[in-house]
This record gives sequence, C-alpha cells and structure tokens, in this order.
Amino acid sequence: MIDFELSPRIKATRNMIHMFAESAVRPLARQYDEQEHEKPWDLLNMVQKVMGGGIAGAFGTEKKEDKGEGEGEPKEKKPKETNLAGAVTVEEIFWGDAGIALSFPGPGLGGAAVQASGTPEQKEKFLARFTGDKPVWGAMAITEPEAGSDTANIKTTAVLDGDEWVLNGEKIFVTSGKSALEDSEGFVVVWATVDKSAGRAGIKPFIVEHGTPGMQITKIEDKMGIRCSDTVSISFMDCRIPKENILGSPEVVDKTKTEGFKKVMATFDATRPLVAAMAIGVGQAALDFLREYLTEEGVELRYGINPHRMTSLERDIMQMEADLKAARLLTWRALWMLDNGLRNDLQASMAKAKAGLAVTRITQKAVEIMGPLGYSRELLLEKWMRDSKINDIFEGTGQIQLLVTARRVLGFTREQLK
Amino acid sequence: MVSFELSDEQKMVQETVNSFAADQMEPIMRECDEQNAIPAEVISKGWELGLLGGCIPEEYEGFGEEISAVTGVIALEELGWGDLSMALHLMAPSVLAISVLDQGTEEQKKQILPAFCGEEFKAASCALVEPYYNFCASALRTTAVNDGDEYVLNGKKCLVPLAEESENMLVFAATAPGMGFAGVDAFIVPVSAKGVKVGEREKNMGIKALATYPVTFKDCRVPAAARLGGEAGCDFLRLLSRSRLALAALAVGMSRRALEHSRDYATQRIAFGEPIGSRQAIAFMIAEMAIEVDATRLLAWEAAWRCDRNIDFKKEAALAKNYAADMAMMVCDRGVQIMGGHGYVRDNPVELWFRNARGFAAFEGFVMV
Repeated sequence: MIDFELSPRIKATRNMIHMFAESAVRPLARQYDEQEHEKPWDLLNMVQKVMGGGIAGAFGTEKKEDKGEGEGEPKEKKPKETNLAGAVTVEEIFWGDAGIALSFPGPGLGGAAVQASGTPEQKEKFLARFTGDKPVWGAMAITEPEAGSDTANIKTTAVLDGDEWVLNGEKIFVTSGKSALEDSEGFVVVWATVDKSAGRAGIKPFIVEHGTPGMQITKIEDKMGIRCSDTVSISFMDCRIPKENILGSPEVVDKTKTEGFKKVMATFDATRPLVAAMAIGVGQAALDFLREYLTEEGVELRYGINPHRMTSLERDIMQMEADLKAARLLTWRALWMLDNGLRNDLQASMAKAKAGLAVTRITQKAVEIMGPLGYSRELLLEKWMRDSKINDIFEGTGQIQLLVTARRVLGFTREQLK
Repeated sequence: MVSFELSDEQKMVQETVNSFAADQMEPIMRECDEQNAIPAEVISKGWELGLLGGCIPEEYEGFGEEISAVTGVIALEELGWGDLSMALHLMAPSVLAISVLDQGTEEQKKQILPAFCGEEFKAASCALVEPYYNFCASALRTTAVNDGDEYVLNGKKCLVPLAEESENMLVFAATAPGMGFAGVDAFIVPVSAKGVKVGEREKNMGIKALATYPVTFKDCRVPAAARLGGEAGCDFLRLLSRSRLALAALAVGMSRRALEHSRDYATQRIAFGEPIGSRQAIAFMIAEMAIEVDATRLLAWEAAWRCDRNIDFKKEAALAKNYAADMAMMVCDRGVQIMGGHGYVRDNPVELWFRNARGFAAFEGFVMV
C-alpha cells in the first residue's frame, strides 16, 4: 500500500538526530570549516560513546553482527526499514553539517565492504572494533590517479608471497583515510588487481590494518568543502598483509566472470542513495534557512497561483522545493526496494544523479538569492554550496549515474554504451 | 510506514486501465488527432471501466467504492499513457461529479450524481480557464454577483471541454474579487441557461481530438442553490488541487509513453555503425527523461496520498503540477530531438506528444481525482 508516512521508530530517531544536529553539530560548522584538518574531538568522542557504532547502520552496514552464541530468544519481527532509517538519519546529521558528519567515526565504506563480502571470521575481527569506547574509522581506497570511476583500470597490484599478499601502488581521494590509519586503530579496504590481464575479474578488495609497514599517507588534500573530513593519498610499497585479509575468493576463476567484482559494486546499491540523502540534508538546510529569512523579511510565498504570476523568487524557491522533494522520494524508493530485497541498482543511480544535481543547483541558487549575504562567510549558505558540490562527484559522478541509468533503461551492456 | 507498493486493488486498476489504453486508445491516437474527433465507441468502452461511477456512493446510484486520490492518479497515468485527448474527454465529467461529491450540498448530490452512474457516458463540462495571457485561477475575471436568491454571472471562458454536448457545466467565478482563492466559487450551470453562449469549437495546437469551446456569460442568472456547497460555498483551492493531481498524473503517463518510444528508437536506429543510444549525448538525455518521469510520479503520489489522508496537500499538488508541466515539455521535446527529422513528421507520434505537452502549462481544472 502506497504510504509516505515514516514509521514511529524512524520518526523518533529523526527527531532525536535533528535536535542533536541542531545543538551539537551546527554550532561547530563554521569553526571546523575554517580550521581545516582539525577534528572536533569532543564531539567525536561523545558520538562514539552515545552511538557506539550504531551510526554505522546509517553508513551502509546493515546491523551489528550478533555476538556470541545461544541467543535463543525469539526476535521481535521489525519492519524492514534499516536502509530507509539510515537515509533519514543521514539527512538529519548532514542538515547539521556535512563536513563534520562525514568525519564521524564508524566503519564507513570499508566496513560496508567487509559486511557485504567478508567471512564470519573477518567480520568478527574487523567490525568489533567500531563498538568500543574510542572512535575508530574504516575507509575504502579505490580511486587512483588514473582510475576514478573506471575501476577496471586499477593498477595497484597484490601478489601472493607465501602467507602474505604484497601490495604496491598508489591510491588517492580516500575519505577518512587519515582518521582510519593515523588517528585510530582502523583499517582501509584497498582494491588491487591480482591479475592485470583479467580486467575486472582480477580486482579484489584487501583489508589493510593501521600501522602496516609499507603503507604511508602521502598527502592530505585541501578541499573546497567538506573540510572537516579528511581526504588522503596512500602509497603502498611492498606492503605485506596476511593472506586471509582478502575479501572474497582470491581465485580468478573465469576471466569473463566478474561476480566478485559485482558483489563489491553492489555495495553502492546501498551507499549511493545514502549519498543522495547526504545531499538532501544540505539542501534542506539551505531551504530552511531561506524560508526562515524570507519570513522574517515579510516575504510570503504564494503556493498555488499560476507560475507566470509568481515573482522570480517564488518560482525559484518552488522549483528548489519540488526538486528537493523529488530527490528525496527517489532516494526513499531506492532504499525501500533494498529493504524489501528488490534489485535497486537502477533506482539507486537515479536517486544519486537527481540528488547530486538538484542540491548543487539548490545551494547555488540559495547563495544567489541572498546576494552579498549569500556570498559572505558570515552565513553558512556559501559553505553549503561548497559542501554540497561533492555530492555530485563522489561515489560516482552525476555522469556515471546517468551512464548506469541509461544502460539499464536502454538495456545496453557497458560495451554497447561506453 | 513508507511503502511504494500498490495495493492489489490498485494493481488491478492499473492493469485494467493500461490494457484499455493499449488496446483502445493508443492505436487510434493519430487518427483522432488528424480528424479532430474521438469515436463514441471508445469513450463508451472507457466509461465501462467505471472510473467515475465507481467512486460515487450507492445512495446516489454509484458503486460506492472508496474514493482514493492515489488510485485516481494511478488510473490517470495509464489513461495519459494511452492518449491525452481521449483521457481528457473521458474524464471531463469528473470535475462536476467529484466537486459535487466532495463539496456539494445533499440536494446537489441527489440532483447531479446519479446521471454519472449509468452505463452510458454522460458528458459534463467545467469552465475555469479564461482567455487572457495572465490568467490565474486565484484572480478570475468572471464574476458572480449575488442578487437576491440568484447569482448573476458575467465573463469569458475558454478551453471548456465538451461544452456543446454537456447538460451541465461547473463554472468557476469570483464572488469576492481580490480575495484570491477564497473569493472564488463554483456554480452548476445548465449549458442551455439564458445568458450562456457557447462559441465555435476552438482550434488548439494539441489535444486536437478533444472538443473545447469558448463560453461567454452575459447576465446569466442562476438560482443561489446552484452555488456549489450552498450558502457555505466551496473550498476552491482544494478542488483545484485535486485537478492538479490529475493533470500531473496525465503528464506522467504521456511522458512515460514518449520515453518508451524514445528508448526503443534509440536502441534500433543505427547511425555511424551503432545504435544512436550508444552515444552518451542521446543516452544521457534518455536517462534524465527516465529520472524525471519517475520523480514526477512520486511527487504526484505523495500529494495524492496526503489528500487521501486528509493532510493539507494544496502546496504539494501545486508543486507537483508545475513540476509535471515542465517535465512533460522537457521529455517530449527530447523525444522529438532524439528522432530528429523523423520526430518532426506526423508519421510519428512524438510530435503529437510534443504539442500536447505544451498544454499542461495552460491546463487547469480539466479533470479531477
């Protein structure tokens, strides 16, 4: 039955997170934008203590592993809405501040990969650390200087030498890489090829722990926005990791088969809509601000009159509102499908494409509408415009999302539509 | 709890209306457009679907199914997929019927509703749009002035569907000019009433198969009892919002059809040795069309869901309708563009959708959910 009402559980979470974002996150937004590369440790420690890795659910990992045995008591049947709940949570935190929200501790994409394709032993070993008292981060290293969304072109190599894999190569744009490897006892999941001639089939994810010799952070990026979140380059020079740190099978069974690769790519079916939710949170912040400001200025928005009678301002704002709502509904649909076990790769890309672009436009328009005030660093609007731009870039650019969408709509393979 | 799944009943409605649209409407769409006419037989078959009569309570001789705006937009999307002119013709009576059902007095319900519960299509019309460039539903130039136990209507209307063949029409007029939506009322006016003049059939760029007329009111007197909702009057914006939902759904349906056509063409048409859809310039257009069609459907669903839940939905309906009008034009324009010269000639349907699409910016109050 078509329904747009959030469950009481999600509503309660949303209200709680919203209050938290407003009182604890938003007030720090400007400071940690200006003080790039510094972290709001008090907040991060508090987040870790209060949420104890619970926020992980919002970043792609479904739920914490059941620990121990003999949990015999029948579980209450909960509605399937883990991913939708994640999106609502993400939207509210990002409403508070995108940079700070991205710097929150948790398993991140690396943890999501472990969750998606790790063995029970791997999950136990690598995921337990996120529920302790101290903040810990997980990260994912995919991008290389010459391979962004073109993941088949990854050049980092992994060679088996006795009981160890030896990694060589360079990764860039690793979100929270410094947090994972230097600021905490975390890990990074590195995509490397075990057989270059095998293309995608040869690419495997490897877990590299903090402090592993041969792994070094070589650069911390200065960015236009989301400055509180660290983005780093990592080099691997004869970096040795245990044989069992590979995610999935090490075999390149059939060069034409890329199931393992696809399984890791499937992580994106969950994370792309969540990135869309991040964008929507920032867009909502900008729209909320505009509406409040205009109300104070005595500007009334006349809904329902014909567009050609509206002021240019009214048209802009209604367009922004409709765009944001459209993006949110596409996002909810993608996650609802995931929660209900439906294939959602098309809908995930549609949501990300729409949200990334919509919010880029919304925040730019909001700055434009506010004129000199919008451009000034006194207000957060200009920051939101800088922050939101990343949403149309990371986790696959808007263009990559269109490519995925087009392939599915047209029924074309990647060879038929490049 | 959030769900995007149709109920079994909604699925049935969707399937039933879609097969009617695919079997009866779409195949004759071009011919109807060229001939400016719709075969009575198609309308009669469409009427058998019971879309309007179904939601009229049994006490007024209907089937008494629960009226649902969500089910309404689902059905209308399928009709829009079939053909816009036929969909508008078939659903034109809904404006009078649903307005009366939603806000009419008991006498008005008894007087009006049973006529729409029969087996034969019963034409009815509505007169809202006016022939001025800055027409706005909240600032109507047509006025209704109270004079004793009568109202006197004066003004000009256009895009009045089925005016000639209708017995009654619902006329929207300002009873308190300058008061915006609150100053607008609706009147049930017999087409044959004194002071009503139906002009010659209009010639529009699109929806050519739908008969629309200009109508003028000159000192047209109707009894006070003809005012929708009686002395209390009506909530005009609510009615308009119901219509906006319907128009948004029609726009989604027609655009979805245009998207499907473009998709098929892009996979079949070979240029430079491969299907044109293999080029990003074309593929990206199609991807964006698909995203926007779905986005608009969700906007319409959400607004309709609010309507069914009795949550204020006027703002959402307005946003959805305006968004849908832009989306339809974008999608249908690209449909023509993707086909190039083939899209411009009348052998192909895209030029028809393109002409129809522009109309959504001008259409108000044509159909209702």
